[in-house]
Amino acid sequence: MKDEPRIGVFVCHCGTNIGGYVDVPSVVEYARTLVGVVHAERNTYTCADDGLTAIKKAIKDHNLNRVIVASCTPRTHAPLFRSAVADAGLNPYLFELVNIREHCSWVHMKEKEAATQKAKDLIRMGVARTALLEPQEEIRISVTPSALVIGGGIAGMTAALSIANQGFKVDIVEKDSEMGGMLRYLNDLYPGGRKASLVMDEFIGKVKNHPKIEVHTSSTIKKVDGYIGNFTVSVQNEKVPLDIKTGIIVVATGADEFKPVNLYGYSGSGNVLTELELEERLKNGSLQKLDSAIFIQCVGSRGEGRSYCSRICCNVAIKNSKLLKQTFPEADINILHNGIHAYGTYEKMYREAQELGVGFRKYSKEKPPEVTVDGERMRVKLYHELMGREIEYTPDIIVLSTPLIPHPENGDLSRMLKVPLGQDGFFLEAHVKLRPVDFATDGIFLCGSARAPADIIESINQGYSAASRAAIPLMNGYVQAEAITAVVDETKCIGCGYCASICPYRAASMNEKTVVAEEVSYITRKSYINPALCKGCGTCAAGCPAGAITPNHFTLPQIMATIKAFQQPGAYIYDRIKA
Amino acid sequence: MKSVLVIGGGIAGIQSSLDLANRGYHIYLVEREPSIGGHMALLDKTFPTNDCSMCILAPKMNECNAHPNIDILSYSEVMDLSGNAGDFTARVQRKARYINEEKCTGCGDCTAKCPSKVPNEYNGNLDKRKSIFLPYPQAVPRVMTIDREHCIYLTKGKCGNCKKVCNAGAVDYEQKDTFVDLNVAAVIVATGFDMFDPTHMQEYGYGKYANVITAMEYERMICASGPTGGHLETAPDKEHPGKIAFIQCVGSRDLQHNPYCCSVCCMHAIKESILAREHYEDIKPYIFYTDLRAVGKGFEEYAVRGEKEYGIKYIRGRPGQITEDASTKTLTVWYDDTVNRKVKGLEVDMAVLCTSLIPAKGSDKLAAILDIELDEYGLYKSRDELTAPLDTRRPGVFIAGYCQSPKDIPESVAQGSGAAARATEVAGGAYI
Ligand SMILES: Cc1cc2nc3c(=O)[nH]c(=O)nc-3n(C[C@H](O)[C@H](O)[C@H](O)COP(=O)(O)OP(=O)(O)OC[C@H]3O[C@@H](n4cnc5c(N)ncnc54)[C@H](O)[C@@H]3O)c2cc1C
Ligand code: SF4
Ligand code: SF4
Repeated sequence: MKDEPRIGVFVCHCGTNIGGYVDVPSVVEYARTLVGVVHAERNTYTCADDGLTAIKKAIKDHNLNRVIVASCTPRTHAPLFRSAVADAGLNPYLFELVNIREHCSWVHMKEKEAATQKAKDLIRMGVARTALLEPQEEIRISVTPSALVIGGGIAGMTAALSIANQGFKVDIVEKDSEMGGMLRYLNDLYPGGRKASLVMDEFIGKVKNHPKIEVHTSSTIKKVDGYIGNFTVSVQNEKVPLDIKTGIIVVATGADEFKPVNLYGYSGSGNVLTELELEERLKNGSLQKLDSAIFIQCVGSRGEGRSYCSRICCNVAIKNSKLLKQTFPEADINILHNGIHAYGTYEKMYREAQELGVGFRKYSKEKPPEVTVDGERMRVKLYHELMGREIEYTPDIIVLSTPLIPHPENGDLSRMLKVPLGQDGFFLEAHVKLRPVDFATDGIFLCGSARAPADIIESINQGYSAASRAAIPLMNGYVQAEAITAVVDETKCIGCGYCASICPYRAASMNEKTVVAEEVSYITRKSYINPALCKGCGTCAAGCPAGAITPNHFTLPQIMATIKAFQQPGAYIYDRIKA
Repeated sequence: MKSVLVIGGGIAGIQSSLDLANRGYHIYLVEREPSIGGHMALLDKTFPTNDCSMCILAPKMNECNAHPNIDILSYSEVMDLSGNAGDFTARVQRKARYINEEKCTGCGDCTAKCPSKVPNEYNGNLDKRKSIFLPYPQAVPRVMTIDREHCIYLTKGKCGNCKKVCNAGAVDYEQKDTFVDLNVAAVIVATGFDMFDPTHMQEYGYGKYANVITAMEYERMICASGPTGGHLETAPDKEHPGKIAFIQCVGSRDLQHNPYCCSVCCMHAIKESILAREHYEDIKPYIFYTDLRAVGKGFEEYAVRGEKEYGIKYIRGRPGQITEDASTKTLTVWYDDTVNRKVKGLEVDMAVLCTSLIPAKGSDKLAAILDIELDEYGLYKSRDELTAPLDTRRPGVFIAGYCQSPKDIPESVAQGSGAAARATEVAGGAYI
């Protein structure tokens, strides 16, 4: 580093989020005393337009070459401040965010003085580190202009059609012999009651006729290599294995219906059915006339073991109960439930079912219904919470509304793609609120029931959504890669290969190198870290026995300076530590 | 560069704009309020992660503002749309805000000197704002607006303080509404919702009893940057409540008002109860529900956690009435205890009405302008409710977010992106 640090510190009140607990003016005063700091100010919201303008202005006015914002989490706000810094002509990596909200004011709301002191400590540490920051360069990665969609259900077909309509080639990899997914087994669809087969055929027709879409049925994913813009996916097909090069990947693998073996008399045969089995009977016309039917909701969900609500089953039961009632108007049809989750405009379907005469009977979680099956005779006992007594039914069929559950092979797929699953076994998106169809890994997206139970409309919405997110790198033709990566010092690397074995993103690999010495030449192994894949996590640097790896932007001197500053409260004197 | 018009700058419209701008389209983002952000900007935290709403939204609002491909036309409305998919002309009315947007720095000197105070609709009318104002500190764009209904100069020709103090010379009392014509390839409508006004439902005493408030007002009150700095205030002594009742489905799932279920109120009541407990350990929250609809990813778990860790008491039943003790201002919520089949009264210090989210004001007018249909509830109607949820009957005009059907933030984001994909398909001419 050649230039003397000229650091500007911007302390954010975050309304009262920080300002209510930390004495911001005194923190600013303190920051001014730190060596290397030439300007310090406070802002109500540094992230607001005027805050960003203030940063840019101060960079010009005070000739700043380093900037610190002391505010909230870098997860949400670092990109914003970095781009403000870049707008003013500084390298965006000459910026540091010191978190005095999550790490300070929010956790010390009842200790204002201590919070203020801690904010000062954090800023002092930030200043020490910032003085040693170096500019980093972002690299552009070119993007193969095509997409690969895993799963040919309604979500995957929608995503594929939309990406293709936006102008890109799409490969669909479907493990079954036909596309359609869950739709292949369904009877009529809510809302509206259209035949599933009609909807499915319409979509499959469009997909098959689309000049930009190629479908690989009876095919599974065997291996995924590469990174955003440049994936190579090995696909195993009945005939020949195939390597597909693609720019992005969409996961649309759907989910399975839970089979409730040993619950409520279910054995897989007889007249205790799951909703899917009822749909099959309705579809192929094998359902016999009946006088009475019982639906039981939340079988295997919202309880021990599987805690989530499967979202769609109340609506499915309402749809099917209406259908049974319309087919057999005399029949006694009752839905035993623990709250009917007919959210949104599905409320209408719920009301229609009630008007048709379908009974809705609430049970309590503590006393679920009891089913006894004795040959042909089935008995259901319900403790009716609202009437305060037991009711007994002797239905002809019992339909169990079971949840959608993650595919058993999700684990394998998640490992190959290097994307996470949630605790419930479904694929986990990058941000629950604002990035519902992105994975944290760039270039991979998800939609439909692979993410969480979803109905047709929701799967279609998400299919389009994934198509939109995916089309951004495809249309731009390039992506900007992470600038904070790890670099290998080949003179120190002893070729042990430990980094390659521990890198969670598979960015580190071993290359053979020929070394020519005076008399002899020999071959040795040296670590190579692919900057397009590296996320800068630092695992390799921590693991390397020879100390040959340095993560840019988190160098040893930078980290040591931070720690030293922590140990020297009061008048910390900036001293440059040589590596 | 092809252009797309996005109408409504809530989270859905913001997502559409960013997705399109990031792939090289030019966006006109038309928002009728002075700032983009929509309802999410007014929420405190968001379920089920309790992320601070403004903290995750503000970066997106700023990204829109800073994006070279996005023009934000705030305080504006679409008046006409002619032409066809791929080649529309939209006429936009830019309402006079009596401020030169180019000159205003948003410093607030004028606001400090403005003598005219009016109820602050951005804080649930719980405090006052000035006649020259920013809706909230993180407003985007950060320029002032003069409220022509209340400004003393504009109504009576007196005052003029703001013009005198404005160093940037941004105040312009002579400004007139203007109209601009925009050529766009596609249109995305994301006008969201408005809140149902429960004043006429006399049984709950809203507007009559001081301690009956709506959920939206509660969101502002519990928010650290809201009118009370995050303090829950009850009449008469501004003490925080000991017991709070949340009343679900006020105006929704109700054939006399709004027949549909709003999809988000059960969840926001749980969130608001959890927040109450995080602010004051001694609060007892009660939620009076019809069905507790916690149907999204991680939602059921959130509801269970609310009960187990935060002591929320869930009571099934719709209260018939709320009464007030005029001297103490304490409320009694009268309900059918459906488990014990008795009418019971629960004394509480605050009642929060979780009111219905209804179609945005003026949706019928906008539907006529755009030549798209409304459904039986007044929300925009999809071309095919099952297979083409984002399309309308007019090719090239798409819908996203709450205005299409009741939904929460992640679903609004997903549709916002989805509509961007459809708009790209049309704009590229590959498919209409
Ligand atoms: C009390 C409450 C708490 C909530 N809590 C949560 C929560 O914790 N988590 C969650 O996920 N969801 C929550 N929600 C739901 C969430 O607010 C909505 O899902 C989301 O805001 C919908 O976004 P939107 O963009 O569709 O609509 P909006 O946010 O309503 O945005 C629509 C925008 O369009 C503008 N507009 C309207 N008409 C026009 C027109 N004619 N021309 C131009 N512009 C127009 C409006 O001014 C507005 O800016 C809550 C809702 C409420 C009421
Ligand atoms: S920093 Fe992380 S991602 Fe990069 S090579 Fe090292 S271990 Fe791999
Ligand atoms: S002219 Fe209007 S806006 Fe300006 S200070 Fe007076 S009342 Fe306020």
